Amino acid sequence: MAQPLVKKDDDHDDEDYSPFLGIEKGAVLQEVRVFNDPQLDPRRCSQVITKLLYLLNQGDSFSKNEATEVFFSVTKLFQSKDLGLRRMVYLIIKELSPSSDEVIIVTSSLMKDMNSKTDMYRANAIRVLCRITDGTLLTQIERYLKQAIVDKNPVVASAALVSGIHLLQTNPEIVKRWSNEVQEAVQSRAALVQFHALALLQQIRQNDRLAVSKLVTSLTKGTARSPLAQCLLIRYASQVIRESANTQTGDRPFYDFLESCLRHKAEMVVFEAARAITELTGVTNRELTPAITALQLFLSSSKPVLRFAAVRALNKVAMTHPMAVTNCNIDMESLISDQNRSIATLAITTLLKTGNESSVDRLMKQITNFMSDIADEFKIVVVEAIRSLCLKFPLKYRSLMNFLSNILREEGGFDYKKAIVDSIVILIRDIPEAKESGLLQLCEFIEDCEFTYLSTQILHFLGNEGPKTTDPSKYIRYIYNRVHLENATVRAAAVSTLAKFGAMVDALKPQIFVLLRRCVLDSDDEVRDRTTLYLNTLGGDGEVVETDKETKTLLFGALDIPLVNLETSLKNYEPSEEPFDIDSVSKEVKSQPLAEKKAPGKKPTGLGAPLAGPPSTVDAYERLLSSIPEFLDFGKLFKSSVPVELTEAETEYAVNVVKHIFDRHVVFQYNCTNTIPEQLLENVSVIVDLSEADDFAEVLSKPVRSLPYDTPGQTFVAFEKPEGITAVGKFSNTLRFIVKEVDPTTSEAEEDGVEDEYQLEDLEVVAADYMMKVGVSNFRNAWESMGDDFEHVDEYGLGPRENLAEAVSAVINLLGMQPCEGTEVVATNSRSHTCLLSGVFLGNVRVLVRLQFGIDGSRDVAMKLAVRSEDEAVSDTIHEIVSSG
Amino acid sequence: MRCHVTCVPDVLYAAEITMFDNNIVLYKFVQDLHFYVTGGEDENELILAAVLQGFFDSVSLLLRGNVDKREALENLDLIFLCLDEIVERGMILETDANVIAGKVAVNSMDPTAPLSEQTIGQALATAREHLTRTLFQ
Repeated sequence: MAQPLVKKDDDHDDEDYSPFLGIEKGAVLQEVRVFNDPQLDPRRCSQVITKLLYLLNQGDSFSKNEATEVFFSVTKLFQSKDLGLRRMVYLIIKELSPSSDEVIIVTSSLMKDMNSKTDMYRANAIRVLCRITDGTLLTQIERYLKQAIVDKNPVVASAALVSGIHLLQTNPEIVKRWSNEVQEAVQSRAALVQFHALALLQQIRQNDRLAVSKLVTSLTKGTARSPLAQCLLIRYASQVIRESANTQTGDRPFYDFLESCLRHKAEMVVFEAARAITELTGVTNRELTPAITALQLFLSSSKPVLRFAAVRALNKVAMTHPMAVTNCNIDMESLISDQNRSIATLAITTLLKTGNESSVDRLMKQITNFMSDIADEFKIVVVEAIRSLCLKFPLKYRSLMNFLSNILREEGGFDYKKAIVDSIVILIRDIPEAKESGLLQLCEFIEDCEFTYLSTQILHFLGNEGPKTTDPSKYIRYIYNRVHLENATVRAAAVSTLAKFGAMVDALKPQIFVLLRRCVLDSDDEVRDRTTLYLNTLGGDGEVVETDKETKTLLFGALDIPLVNLETSLKNYEPSEEPFDIDSVSKEVKSQPLAEKKAPGKKPTGLGAPLAGPPSTVDAYERLLSSIPEFLDFGKLFKSSVPVELTEAETEYAVNVVKHIFDRHVVFQYNCTNTIPEQLLENVSVIVDLSEADDFAEVLSKPVRSLPYDTPGQTFVAFEKPEGITAVGKFSNTLRFIVKEVDPTTSEAEEDGVEDEYQLEDLEVVAADYMMKVGVSNFRNAWESMGDDFEHVDEYGLGPRENLAEAVSAVINLLGMQPCEGTEVVATNSRSHTCLLSGVFLGNVRVLVRLQFGIDGSRDVAMKLAVRSEDEAVSDTIHEIVSSG
Repeated sequence: MRCHVTCVPDVLYAAEITMFDNNIVLYKFVQDLHFYVTGGEDENELILAAVLQGFFDSVSLLLRGNVDKREALENLDLIFLCLDEIVERGMILETDANVIAGKVAVNSMDPTAPLSEQTIGQALATAREHLTRTLFQ
């Protein structure tokens, strides 16, 4: 269904006369009073309506009141019999979108018009009614609409049909009842009636694949009466082809129909058919050929629209079937100089996809002339296409690299230059022979680069790649020049780069030291700090010695820790004998603070020390627990779980629990809230039944002294567990307390209370609780550096599962580890999948897991599990978890 | 994004086309009046071109060949009616300029005469009369 939006532009900035010069909404709204005159002047009223429409089109809007007032005045205009005025009334009603209670006023007038003898009234009244109708009104006028659909007058029929198409969105049940009439209309002789009827019928039946297929079959036997209808048919035929793809044997259904449309006399039909063929899923070269031939003819048309449409369609085809498009290369090359720059750009990017190695040089020459003519957005598209071309033909890197460096020197905005630099960097990485010349090009670029971001990125890249080349010293000059000539950010980057060279290439150390010493007195703090750091750590004081491996990692290695966590840990660190331990910083990325439930009581609870601020992260838990003296000798907190609800919503007492894992202990923190205003709870504690948790032994329980209405409080129960093994178990919980009645008026509680209990849900401790989700950014590096000393590999059958994705997520949840590099996402319908997991196990043992899944025809899933960790016992534990889970 | 169009006298009436922000835009510039038709990027450009042509030709008919901004503003009611007869909320109603202009100009004709019996010439004659009256209010 074609859906163009038609708009006309009126410039404001001219000094010519305009009848609407100085028009102002308030004044026009006053003029609307003229509608209420008993003696209506149709011409004047039409003028006022025109002004209102002009205001709306220019972006003014009416407030609800204004719109209502205008609408009420407009309704008076139905008294006039003037045709022109009535048409304008229809227009303004549609623009005002009255609400359903306002619509009632005009309903009868519009219904009268709908049955009038004047065809123009009937058609337009139908359109207005359908625009402003609601469900109840619609059922009243349904009868007339059904008649209108099969009316002899094509304008009336079209009006009803098009309204039906729009109404199908809001009242589908009603419109579906008109099937028979619409079916009749499809047979109409009038060209556009058939078009509209076809569109409506397909919409009604679109969920019934068979019905649509029948519809298409019946109409493709003849020809549709208008090119628009034919285009619709082509689209529906494509849809049928797409949906029957699964059961396809031999030739596609309707392909012959599409192919025959390539010979239709209307160009829009030829184009629609060609495009449809190129978009068939899994289209073969044989099927493509006639379509491409048709498009090729359009390429040389004198009409820009045809050229544009054809080159855009061919551009899409070139992405998947470049070989099929090569016949058009000659025609496309002549389009590079097309006056319409969009066409020229599309031609170039297509050629870049379909070009072969021998044409690359010629293409580059043509493109060079072309680049200066086009805007930045187009240029970026071309640059990216060139990048893919170079990766496709690595031997041609020289001419392509030349091209890129030439355009890098020319004028351009930040995004454009960034795209070029990114392309050069990718080429350097992927084509070893291009490295030297590429790095030199980048060096020359930074001599004259106006974008600090790009300079620093390039310097960083030089630092990584330069030392690995055969003669690193030739880059030093360029880098050192930056130290003198640029702003502080670039100078700091340059200093770091120099240091990298010094660290990686021992022979250069003397030279680097000399250069660095000259930077020690730089005016900027960061530059001086960096210089001093490097001078003191690179080692040797200017002799040719090797820099310590550890130093290199310290200075130039990647920082795995999220900065937020580092900041928090640093804030918590109190200066003492022990230095700050960077390994203690949690690598876990906390996405959201767990705010509300952790908010401490507004008054100090029975725990003693009042808690400062809403505890909302791991550190908050740490502080909370360390404020309780009994927990102090449990050691360091390993992991806290997310809160688990133990009560349903809307219950009298809301309780959730957080599981804190220590080396040899587990502490349950029960967060309780009393939601009953007339009650005060005292001495609140949780009784835990350990009959299904043999490994655990209760050590202590800390109750909440008082729990008034709507003030959360925490009670703790601590358990001991044997060291080493991952103890699991099921705990049933009962809330025990003394309840005292509270007088709502005085807010005072009674003296005596009653003991009571409240059953909570059970709680489980599982193996995943001992695992912290900690991701790694580069799994492969981590896997290699972990070493296979404690590797344990085994295979498991997981039995029949719904699909692979379900099995994968089940195992991820069982282990409680963090999926890396997006490997938790399983492609639909895939038969195999590899999942990479990482985590830290109790005892701060890093664990990496590689899972390989396979699913066969009978939906049985097999899994190969490879574990590497820093501790053999942990590797074995992982396998135990899986085999028992 | 600007797309550079060279305006040469004999291609004054040529339609141009470009992409803007994932929309296809077709345009026709005549004197100081700019006509635009836009559609989504999956649309058939040739169909949009037919709409643009219909729009442009019907406006030409209604403005009696004087296609410029001043004339358009003074007959804005006709332009609004014209737009209304071409597209309804995105759905194409009609692309034939004669039919479009005929439906618009039918304003002051005999209300009981069926549409098909009026020729376009008669319709425009009566429309012209109506316009003249409006201008002098």
